[in-house]
Amino acid sequence: MDKWNLIVDVAQCHNCNNCVLAAKDEYVGNEFPGYSASHPKQGRGVIAIDSTYRGSSAMVDVAHRPKLCQHCDNAPCVAKGQGAVSKRPDGIVIFDPVKAKGRKDLVEVCPHGAVIWNEELELPQNWIFDAHLLDQGWNMPRCEQVCPTGAISSVKVSDEKMQALVQELGLEVERAELKPRVYFKNLYRETQVFIGGSLQLERDGLLDCAAQVEVALVKEGQELARTTSDLFGDFRFDGLEPNSGVYCLEISAAPGDAKTVQCDLKAESIVLEPFTL
Amino acid sequence: PDGSRRFTTLTNGGPLFVHVKDDKILRVTPIEFDAKDADSWSIDARGKRFTPKRKATVAPHAMSMKSVVYSDKRVLYPMKRVDFDPNGERNPQNRGISGYERISWDEALDIVSSEIKRQKQKYGPGSMTIAHGSHHQWGNVGYYLSSLLRFGNLIGFTRLSLNPDSWEGWYWGAQHHWGHSQRVGIAGNYGTVEDCLQEAEMMVFWSCDAESTNGGYMGFEGTQRRLWAKELGIEFVHIDPHYNPTAQLLGGRWIPIKPTTDPALAQAIMYVWVTEGLYDQEYVAQRTTGFEEWRDYLLGKEDGTPKTPEWQEPETGVPARVVRALARQWGGKKTYLAAGANGSGFGGAGRGATGAQWARCMVMMMAMQGLGKPGVNMGNLQAGTPLDHEFYFPGYADGGISGELVFNGNAVNNYQKMPHVITMNPVRQMIPKQQLPEAIINGKAEGYLWDGVATELQFAPFQYPMPGYSPIHMIYKYGGSYFSTLTESSRMVEAYRHDSIDCVVNQSIWMEGEAQFADIILPACTAFERYDIGEWAAGGGYLPHGFNGTNHRIVALQHKCIEPRGESKSDYEIFSLILQRLGLGAIFNEGCSELDWCKRVFNSSDVSKRISWKEFCKKGYYVVPAEKPALRSPVNFRWFAEGRMKDIQEAMPLPSQWAEDFGKGLQTPSGKLEFMPETLKRSDPNNPERPVLNRYIPAWEGPHSKELFGKYPLQMIATHSRYSFHTHVDGKNGFTQDITDHRVCIGGHYYWLVRLNARDAEARGIAHGDLVKVFNDRGAILCAAHVTSGVANGVVKSFEASAEYDLRELDGEQLEVGGCMNILTPSRSQQRGTSSMSPNSCLVEVMRWDGSRPGDA
Ligand SMILES: Nc1nc2c(c(=O)[nH]1)N[C@H]1C(S)=C(S)[C@@H](COP(=O)(O)OP(=O)(O)OC[C@H]3O[C@@H](n4cnc5c(=O)[nH]c(N)nc54)[C@H](O)[C@@H]3O)O[C@H]1N2
Ligand SMILES: Nc1nc2c(c(=O)[nH]1)N[C@H]1C(S)=C(S)[C@@H](COP(=O)(O)OP(=O)(O)OC[C@H]3O[C@@H](n4cnc5c(=O)[nH]c(N)nc54)[C@H](O)[C@@H]3O)O[C@H]1N2
Ligand code: SF4
Ligand code: SF4
Ligand SMILES: [Ca+2]
Ligand SMILES: [Ca+2]
Ligand SMILES: [Mo+4]
Repeated sequence: MDKWNLIVDVAQCHNCNNCVLAAKDEYVGNEFPGYSASHPKQGRGVIAIDSTYRGSSAMVDVAHRPKLCQHCDNAPCVAKGQGAVSKRPDGIVIFDPVKAKGRKDLVEVCPHGAVIWNEELELPQNWIFDAHLLDQGWNMPRCEQVCPTGAISSVKVSDEKMQALVQELGLEVERAELKPRVYFKNLYRETQVFIGGSLQLERDGLLDCAAQVEVALVKEGQELARTTSDLFGDFRFDGLEPNSGVYCLEISAAPGDAKTVQCDLKAESIVLEPFTL
Repeated sequence: PDGSRRFTTLTNGGPLFVHVKDDKILRVTPIEFDAKDADSWSIDARGKRFTPKRKATVAPHAMSMKSVVYSDKRVLYPMKRVDFDPNGERNPQNRGISGYERISWDEALDIVSSEIKRQKQKYGPGSMTIAHGSHHQWGNVGYYLSSLLRFGNLIGFTRLSLNPDSWEGWYWGAQHHWGHSQRVGIAGNYGTVEDCLQEAEMMVFWSCDAESTNGGYMGFEGTQRRLWAKELGIEFVHIDPHYNPTAQLLGGRWIPIKPTTDPALAQAIMYVWVTEGLYDQEYVAQRTTGFEEWRDYLLGKEDGTPKTPEWQEPETGVPARVVRALARQWGGKKTYLAAGANGSGFGGAGRGATGAQWARCMVMMMAMQGLGKPGVNMGNLQAGTPLDHEFYFPGYADGGISGELVFNGNAVNNYQKMPHVITMNPVRQMIPKQQLPEAIINGKAEGYLWDGVATELQFAPFQYPMPGYSPIHMIYKYGGSYFSTLTESSRMVEAYRHDSIDCVVNQSIWMEGEAQFADIILPACTAFERYDIGEWAAGGGYLPHGFNGTNHRIVALQHKCIEPRGESKSDYEIFSLILQRLGLGAIFNEGCSELDWCKRVFNSSDVSKRISWKEFCKKGYYVVPAEKPALRSPVNFRWFAEGRMKDIQEAMPLPSQWAEDFGKGLQTPSGKLEFMPETLKRSDPNNPERPVLNRYIPAWEGPHSKELFGKYPLQMIATHSRYSFHTHVDGKNGFTQDITDHRVCIGGHYYWLVRLNARDAEARGIAHGDLVKVFNDRGAILCAAHVTSGVANGVVKSFEASAEYDLRELDGEQLEVGGCMNILTPSRSQQRGTSSMSPNSCLVEVMRWDGSRPGDA
């Protein structure tokens, strides 16, 4: 049977919050019996953006990611809900707007932090994939419809087909043990770190950017990667594990003349001081 | 299927379907086209074919509309200040302090209409001013340049002469180098999307955050095009103190820069071009004038200081080597300069003390690189799509139903196609908008015109009051934005409380901070509660062909989706009712309802040649077919670069304004790009603050302001906010409150954000999410600190246009807690001889606030 999945490209999200607002627009002040009670007007919505900055000085990037219910197949909320939370055959997880009343415990049980607490109605609430609209014939949820960059896309396919897509597109999940139905592209922009720097050289008494210089990333004597500096003399090794220890950068200043810089990679990305060849 | 009805509307952030059930808005969704809607265009570039998505993208502020329609801050009834007695004590000193009582519409209309009469009788023409914001809910009928202007003209009013706030540096500066007065000093973008995608190798975004400003009204229509550019491997550079969302999405080299120092960077780039021969010498020889003098200045022959990359480094904070690398790439590659929201203009850099210097440099740089040659142009892919430019539908600045033939595009476009009663304001007296407080408090002010008809018009000062007219004694205010959009805005408090002001009426949709300075508040409704008609992003007037920032031209009937909330009424109806009491009702409305006017507009437009009124009302929108490939607009400036007759659709300059033969050359006196502008030489030759030679003069409020900089060492820029459209959709307990990059809730209060660098924060013991006091001698604001590596050192990045003005006394201090950052900005003009704003040259200090909070007690 075809089931719903969501693919989120972390590198394509630019934090416009259209998805966040569309969810507020849909659920605040509206009731969809059997699907959802009205959501609270104020407070974090069932979709919210998480931002992770990396780097410093001029070498910075940021990953934005919509956080929402991941419609896990192995969902602790369903287990704990005892009927208050259910899994539909099409993969969607619904918090019953009646049976879940008073169940604050269902907020805490979600490891993804995807459930909000509606104080007024005493209800835990999740992003229900706009199931009420899909059941009316919509072919995508609202967050996808309003997303200007294509960072969000839904797919309704069999689990086998989805696995094939995962392979093909190199998708990842968070907390695989929960079997989430939300898949990510470019998650490294949030979970991994980089080592970068700028190379400069002296020419006629002035400093210039050193372009096209080879730099190798070496760990415990083994070369892991190699790159060349760009026209601004910048280079960067991305996708490194946080806290992965000491790395050496071998900078080929001139043929046969490699200079080495050492750095100890902790939780944050490293941007080295400009290096003069 | 759920029993709802689907209407259409237009907003400042794009068109929407409005789903309504039982007179309640259920949801708003973007318009997705169906098979019957016209086909989209395609662009072939470097072996790829690009076609836009078959839908209209919308901005976040459009997605927030439902929450402000149903905001608990809506004004639902006419109200009178409790201690305002039109026949007795008026207590002007209590404006903003005393509360309100509900009154009936009859009472409200009686007071307002008799006050208008009293003003005329007691003081004479001009004693009432109408003050409004620059932006309005979309439409041709209800717009301020339409109904409000018609109302004003019928009773006579002192006009606020607006400063060209969006265009500031371009109007007072760039215009002298390349003309374009009718575009307020910026250029159009015809044909540039195709040219950029096909030819350009690099795009330099300079003070351009297209992903936040959306070219103004175009939703995210440009986003897809910029992603195509990325796919094609076009390189990106971003020059901005803020690692802004456009840089975040596109990547490429971020060049953080100190605010207001951009002209120094630009000059150093040009210096490299000169010394390394990286400019288009043939183009400079044939298409420009005055280059030798400019070159000599760059080389230091004129003042002994060569404008080297090393020279600019301490000024801008940009390493010299980076400047050389950028200059060499730019000089060697076909490059699009994306300056400001439109690519060919705007940008926060134009709204600082050096705004005109910067904008002038932008034009000079393009003059050196061959503006108009393939792949060498201005643009950010936000505008210049291959749409049909001849199909007529009026834009909002074309005058709507105003009957006004001078102050908008009515005479040129609209009036001829939709004849209506002509109206005219016989009061010639004006107040320069930025000096409104001084005009009231000191009783006089001097200003310079924003008038795009001709470059020459900006030179003549005008005085308030004008002999023969009365100084103002009544303010008819429309909306409540000034505390956060006017510079040094707490000046408005004293102005509102001034003795000379007998009466303040505020016609408002929401009970915003400024509304509470009125004596009478008239509740207006939103565009969802009345009829209107319009075309998406079509500015008209000074924004001709503005629709070409969208991927599809969409003309829509803006349905009355729900009944007006409470006792609110449409602005049109309010004006109509007031004027009926003055015997002017029929002249105002010509017996037409708003829907009748919509039909008149429809009939005057080319849409009526394609579909019937009935079909249009039913479907709600019409997609204008894209231009046939063979008839697409040529590229902007290509004709100029090739020395041909002008061949784009822009009907400017005026016939008399061509120095050469009609159709040949630019609007400048020489018809060329002028490095040493002739219009400045002729009319303002000895202005040390705007010299003919565009030398670098550091900001009068900035790192060179020695004493002040010692006290307030951070440079604050407060630019356009991404999630709201100015004050529109901010605050009011709407959805945007909970966007973490817009406001932050601390202890139950929603604070405005200031972003600062981790280093600056650490030096002050400030952590992310801390409550901070941002202050200088002009005031103090409580904000939430957003600590980030995405802001240059020494810079505080915030946003203008909080809708909340909320002054509190906390621990004996006066603190504004709503986020009106403009309380802190200088009210001084950029240069002598201009009426301009410079909010982005503003020094502040930031400290952690551990004192009492607005929620306490
Ligand atoms: N610090 C700083 N300040 C700036 C700028 C900056 O970059 N930095 N930018 C400047 C620029 S470019 C601009 S354009 C200005 C904008 O400044 P403003 O034009 O003052 O701001 P808006 O929020 O557009 O004001 C519109 C007002 O009209 C009201 N309004 C809208 N539609 C309707 C309607 O249908 N009926 C009624 N009755 N009222 C309505 C709104 O409620 C609002 O109060 O700000 C300027 N100020
Ligand atoms: N969402 C939204 N969109 C809007 C508006 C809105 O209020 N909200 N307003 C509309 C209007 S009226 C206008 S005029 C346009 C304005 O459009 P712009 O004038 O282009 O916008 P700004 O936000 O003022 O500035 C753009 C960028 O300039 C940077 N900047 C500020 N000072 C400097 C400086 O000194 N040097 C450099 N290099 N960069 C600097 C800012 O960090 C920002 O990223 O936007 C329009 N679009
Ligand atoms: S994300 Fe949380 S709420 Fe959603 S299904 Fe998984 S465990 Fe349940
Ligand atoms: S709508 Fe798309 S781009 Fe915008 S915040 Fe959501 S996922 Fe990101
Ligand atoms: Ca045509
Ligand atoms: Ca044409
Ligand atoms: Mo503007």
